Amino acid sequence: MAGLRFIREFRDPKLAQSLARQIAAEVDPNRTYRFMEFCGGHTHAIARYGIPALLPPNLRMIHGPGCPVCVLPPGRVAQAIAIAEQPNVTLCAYGDVLRVPARKGESLLAAKAQGADVRMVGSALEAVALAEANPQREVVFFAIGFETTTPPTAAAILAAQAKGVRNFSVLCCHVLTPSAIMSILESSEARRWGSAQLDGFVGPAHVSVVIGSRPYEFFAEEYQKPVVIAGFEPLDVLHALLLLVRQVNEGRAAVENQYTRAVTRDGNRKAQALVAQVFELRKTFAWRGLGVLPYSALRIRAGFSEFDAEARFAIPAPEISDHPACECGAILRGHKSPRDCKLFAKACTPETPLGSCMVSSEGACAAYYHYGRFQERSAAVEAEEV
Amino acid sequence: MARRPFGTPLDIANGVVSLAHGAGGRATAQLIDALFARHWHNEWLAQQEDATVLPALAEGMVPVVSTDLHVVTPLFFPGGDIGTLAVNGTVNDLAVRGATPKYLTIGVLLEEGLPLATLERVVQNVAAAAAAAGVAIVAGDTKVVERGKGDGLYLAVTGVGVAPATQTWGARAIQPGDHVLVSGTLGDHGIAIMAARQAVPLATPVESDCAALTPLIAAMRETGAPIRAMRDLTRGGLAAAANEMAQVANVGMVFDEAAIPVRDEVAGACEFLGIEPWHLANEGKVLVVCPPEASEPLLAAMRAHPLGRHAARIGEVVADPYALVQMRTLFGGMRLLDWLHADPLPRIC
Repeated sequence: MAGLRFIREFRDPKLAQSLARQIAAEVDPNRTYRFMEFCGGHTHAIARYGIPALLPPNLRMIHGPGCPVCVLPPGRVAQAIAIAEQPNVTLCAYGDVLRVPARKGESLLAAKAQGADVRMVGSALEAVALAEANPQREVVFFAIGFETTTPPTAAAILAAQAKGVRNFSVLCCHVLTPSAIMSILESSEARRWGSAQLDGFVGPAHVSVVIGSRPYEFFAEEYQKPVVIAGFEPLDVLHALLLLVRQVNEGRAAVENQYTRAVTRDGNRKAQALVAQVFELRKTFAWRGLGVLPYSALRIRAGFSEFDAEARFAIPAPEISDHPACECGAILRGHKSPRDCKLFAKACTPETPLGSCMVSSEGACAAYYHYGRFQERSAAVEAEEV
Repeated sequence: MARRPFGTPLDIANGVVSLAHGAGGRATAQLIDALFARHWHNEWLAQQEDATVLPALAEGMVPVVSTDLHVVTPLFFPGGDIGTLAVNGTVNDLAVRGATPKYLTIGVLLEEGLPLATLERVVQNVAAAAAAAGVAIVAGDTKVVERGKGDGLYLAVTGVGVAPATQTWGARAIQPGDHVLVSGTLGDHGIAIMAARQAVPLATPVESDCAALTPLIAAMRETGAPIRAMRDLTRGGLAAAANEMAQVANVGMVFDEAAIPVRDEVAGACEFLGIEPWHLANEGKVLVVCPPEASEPLLAAMRAHPLGRHAARIGEVVADPYALVQMRTLFGGMRLLDWLHADPLPRIC
């Protein structure tokens, strides 16, 4: 498989060692570097390949909120469950979404076990095909995710319209990356300290393929934080970190594009046009962990309201507060690490997730749990030895 | 078979399973004669009693028993089917305890409406797999559930094997310093099933690795090299088997990602789905733990056998009171090789 050889080039251990040596040689030992990887895809790659072990101790990775299921508020999951429980409804969702907890013990998987017709799909168009094949059922696609998954949802709605599929609708919970970055830079913690305790961002990979690098220019300029857009392969991440270290050392704050093989300044204009045709900005949207953010999410335009599950079912999203001890919010804003949470790996595990960061392997908590628990073990052993 | 002939022969080509076939009357008897007894015939089934009497064990031998339920959609997939899977899965569970598989009992749960021709194909495949593995089907049962209450057909198989009383392998014998070997590429069955369900579009087809491991394990035993424990790598894949063994033995394991054999097609499909080959099911692969001096002769014996061509040493056992299974990544970092709570779900991004 030629594609696979291409992928392996981005995982070459020798190149990794040489990049790691360069980073170690260029960091200033008298300061710390705190970089946030915005995307869950990067969080996953960092944990999956054990990248922290290759970094100098004064370079810390802070895990951002760019994990689609992690920022999905429990009220929206409850809304999807309520729709799935309506008679004659088939609810489709991407795999990860099925395990996200709403209220205690509630999830789409649990609803499925109770008899609701919940299906996992790999694409929005699969849900349209399901609606075509089952004209007597109401097929609802629970659409979540950042700019990467939004164009496919728009394409699905347009396909349903073109084919005259009347039994297909979308529960739209798509959110926008720039709003989430803004909320981190403007968070209460950031205001208290005068600035977010971050020295730069590893910019999103797939999201940036769609939106381009231009939207980040404002953050770099206004907040004086360097942004380096990086691919999801481990060498991409290391290379981006080297570029971030150099910017910090040189006192620069610019948008740089490490992922030039896929990202341009303007992004994918065709995809952007699809999204603009079908969706418009919501005035506000309640994010998990980040709170209610203005103009941070999309809804379906009035012209497509027959495909809008919110209009079709008139089932509102209830307000559900997080478990009082859950630190997902502070973790998503980059102010706490999963290890700072009292519930981590005790009450909250991938089997019984209390917070959404424990659900997807892109979530910081699940990534720490699945890939990094041995570090807690070594810490515990060291503590015992002391 | 001494039963009197039935008036109308069973129409296997066009007929379907009906509730009558499970009612215990003449229809049941006819189904048994026309399908099961015909394809599975042997001296033990010929006893035609409520229970089968088996011969005594040789001196110094002990019986080893295992039971397994088989549920798979679709019933037929590239490289195998539910019948082959059921026989090989049970035979492999016996073989990895150091036993020679001898007998199987098979319970067949049928869904009303299943074409008899489909059932016959499965019954024939069971017979072929049993013959290949050198086991006899010595007892069986059939029930029929209403349409919509089953996935066509489920199989419940119990296997009995014999082993020398002095030689049954098990995870409790595992010690720090031991080597960990695997008999071949990981994840072939899992990806073949996903592709058969059209969950993943593949340019190059992947076949299930479904096979009876008995001859491979016999070849390993003939080397005389000591073996601590083996696990048949089925559901949950390498990650589940390694974590189970580590917890039973209360040791840690460290795997080397670069040494773990994975087919390019499988690795590519995993990339696409955002899942990892060590969490995928296999049906013809064995994980072996042995003392360090045994790993070379065992690997040589495995590689000389068609079922073990891609055998590799993939890790070692370490002392660890937390019984964690870790992996040195391709990249030189360390991570946990955790087992999953349930099936791997594709990621969104």
